[in-house]
Amino acid sequence: MIEYITSYLKSDTTPGQAGNFLWAFIYILLIFLGLSVAVIAMNWLERKILAHMQVRLGPMRVGPHGLLQPIADAIKLLIKEDIMPSESDPFVFWTAPLIVVLTAFTVFIVVPFGPTHAVTDMNIGVLFMLGVSSLSVLGVVMAGWASNSHYPLMGALRSSAQMVSYEIAMGLAVISAVLMTSFNPSGTGTLSMIGIVQAQEAQSTWFIFKFFPLGLIAFFVFAVAMVAETNRAPFDLPEAESELTAGFHTEYSGFRWSLFFLAEYSAMIAVSSIAVTLWLGGWLRPFPHWLSGETWDLVFSLFPGLTFLAMAGLTFYSVARMPKHPYFRAQTMGLAGFGALLGLIGLVLFAPLVRDRVQDIYWFAAKVAGFMYLYIWYRGTFPRYRFDQLMKVGWKILLPIGLGVLIVTAILGIAL
Amino acid sequence: MTDATKNLSHLELGDDKTFLDSNELIINMGPQHPATHGVLRVILKLDGEKVLGTECVIGYLHRGVEKIAENRTYAMFNPYVDRMDYVAAVSNGLGYCEAVEKLLNLEAPPRANYIRVILTELNRLASHMLWLGTHALDIGAITPLFYTFRDREEILKIFEKYCGARLTTHAFRIGGCLYETYEGFEQDVTKFLKFVTPKIDEYEELLTTNRIWVERTRNVGMLSAKDCTALGVTGPVLRASGVKWDLRKAQPYAAYSDFEFEIPTGQNGDTYDRYLVRMQEMRQSLRIVEQAVGKIPEGPIMAKVPKVVKPPVGEVYHSIEAPKGELGYFIVSDGSTQPYRVRVRPPSFVNLQALDQMVRGQLVADVIAVIGTLDIVLGEVDR
Repeated sequence: MIEYITSYLKSDTTPGQAGNFLWAFIYILLIFLGLSVAVIAMNWLERKILAHMQVRLGPMRVGPHGLLQPIADAIKLLIKEDIMPSESDPFVFWTAPLIVVLTAFTVFIVVPFGPTHAVTDMNIGVLFMLGVSSLSVLGVVMAGWASNSHYPLMGALRSSAQMVSYEIAMGLAVISAVLMTSFNPSGTGTLSMIGIVQAQEAQSTWFIFKFFPLGLIAFFVFAVAMVAETNRAPFDLPEAESELTAGFHTEYSGFRWSLFFLAEYSAMIAVSSIAVTLWLGGWLRPFPHWLSGETWDLVFSLFPGLTFLAMAGLTFYSVARMPKHPYFRAQTMGLAGFGALLGLIGLVLFAPLVRDRVQDIYWFAAKVAGFMYLYIWYRGTFPRYRFDQLMKVGWKILLPIGLGVLIVTAILGIAL
Repeated sequence: MTDATKNLSHLELGDDKTFLDSNELIINMGPQHPATHGVLRVILKLDGEKVLGTECVIGYLHRGVEKIAENRTYAMFNPYVDRMDYVAAVSNGLGYCEAVEKLLNLEAPPRANYIRVILTELNRLASHMLWLGTHALDIGAITPLFYTFRDREEILKIFEKYCGARLTTHAFRIGGCLYETYEGFEQDVTKFLKFVTPKIDEYEELLTTNRIWVERTRNVGMLSAKDCTALGVTGPVLRASGVKWDLRKAQPYAAYSDFEFEIPTGQNGDTYDRYLVRMQEMRQSLRIVEQAVGKIPEGPIMAKVPKVVKPPVGEVYHSIEAPKGELGYFIVSDGSTQPYRVRVRPPSFVNLQALDQMVRGQLVADVIAVIGTLDIVLGEVDR
């Protein structure tokens, strides 16, 4: 058994490529688990960060600093009565959230958290990701249509138009990144997600800095399109609360609604993963060529443990600041326990065996987390675009820019 | 299909009328809708996202305030007016008290007038802050709401210290003020002025040059000066269309003739101009308060008002510049202790008339922006 595990740990391919279904299945379970935890954490973080941007505290009552709030919410949603509008189309109404969730999760099959940390490495990875994630629009349209109600219908219309038009700009930006992978002696590019990161490693630059500012512009196009693609502020028209109450999921409640919620956040993580893979060097640590050598390798490999220790330190600081009243004893103890857990994880991450295995995942997750913060920041800052303006941004600004970058990249590819 | 929906049949389709009648959608916005500022119901006739016509259904908050007045003495009716525009209760009270004073042919003492001006201008600020927060929220910027509510709190604290109430203050009485200013009132107000000036800059920083904000508000809900006067629209909405009309200057009441301030006006009469005008008005209000608080005259705060208010037979119309526009009271007295008839000219109600003209041909999202920019309070629309 142990031999079997160590033999896997030493392998240099993904389980999918190796044809190892057991490991692939374990990976899928791990990703599912990790995503669920990430969505729960994201829920809490978004509410806290947004609250602090808006001079308020956010959840404070359920658990210390509201840490248990997402769990309380999840329980509430699960035990809520399942309402289906009597005029709705039951089958379509029932399938729509499933499609949205399914597409949002399927995408993660090809996301490379490390050189071997992916379920599988498809040679058409990027295409697969874009294709599958664009299927979610189907679920949205179905939800809007099946509700048989005006507001969801309008939300679905907006959503489909928006997702379809921004996919084009997004695709163009992606193609220019894919083109950049072909700048090697043999002149062969790749669509494989792992291959793209390896190309960045080989060319010793993240594609965001490639042909400066070409890569940056392509990245910018993608970064705008991806916000629109996930229906988040300032492009959150499909679920514009002040206009359409809740858009396409107005009629959904309880568990079905929570599926939409889950899908939205996993989609955010998914597109951020694409952006990180294509432009920010995926799992590569910062400055792998500039700050190279044994010492720097060691320093950077300590980051995961240090991050967790810093989080533990922050938690203990909060413990010290908790009110001293006996009423808060349970909360203080809980928070201290949480801090101890974080600290323990941090210490485990310092162990050489774990350290080397984990740092790829860490750098990937850290970059994705940066994008997640951006999402929250946008939400706190920007008003919402109007429908025609949204279309204008998509078709008249992003599309020409994306096309221009693509052409220039292609010309550079021939010239160099 | 309600009657109101049927009535929409008079709204003609545009030139893009197609053979199939399948491209228009009648959608019901409100009365339970997050962005209709209360219980306004708007029935929209849509062609895709384009608005072909609107119909406002009001009355969900009707409490019969004007009828109640006929069964109350003049003094007893005073607190009721606070419940109309509950966001600017002090202004409502001022208008009513001055109208009755006019009917009784007496004048409030200068000290009372100064206190009235200070509180009314603070209330204008509070009203505009609430407007800014909700208007920005409607357009999708959630953060300004919390900033404005944080700062509005300070105004409410001053009200609370002055008269014990925060929202429906009932701050003034017929003939002057009941309460003398509390100890430290002037310091509190001066401190507030210092506190709030940078805050207004903060709101402007978030919105005034924000690209999306400008795109969402510029050329949205245009209303020309001619339309404004035709529809009887008053207040910041009128001034944003370029008409320099402010009752504080045009027919000064209370102590307004003692202060220097400007009437900010716009040019285009669009939502962005209305936003700018209101932001400027907030600064002008601060200016007025600053002048007033420095020189509150000494003296009584109450005129000689008979114990039983029994005005002579007659009628009076008195209007003031409320935060939302011209707030007028028409009171008919039959010589008894109760008014024979009270008619309120509420600015929100009259301004709401312009909604249909402003949104026709625009998009659904603009309806929300326009409702926000009209700054209506349904308590006042329905009374």
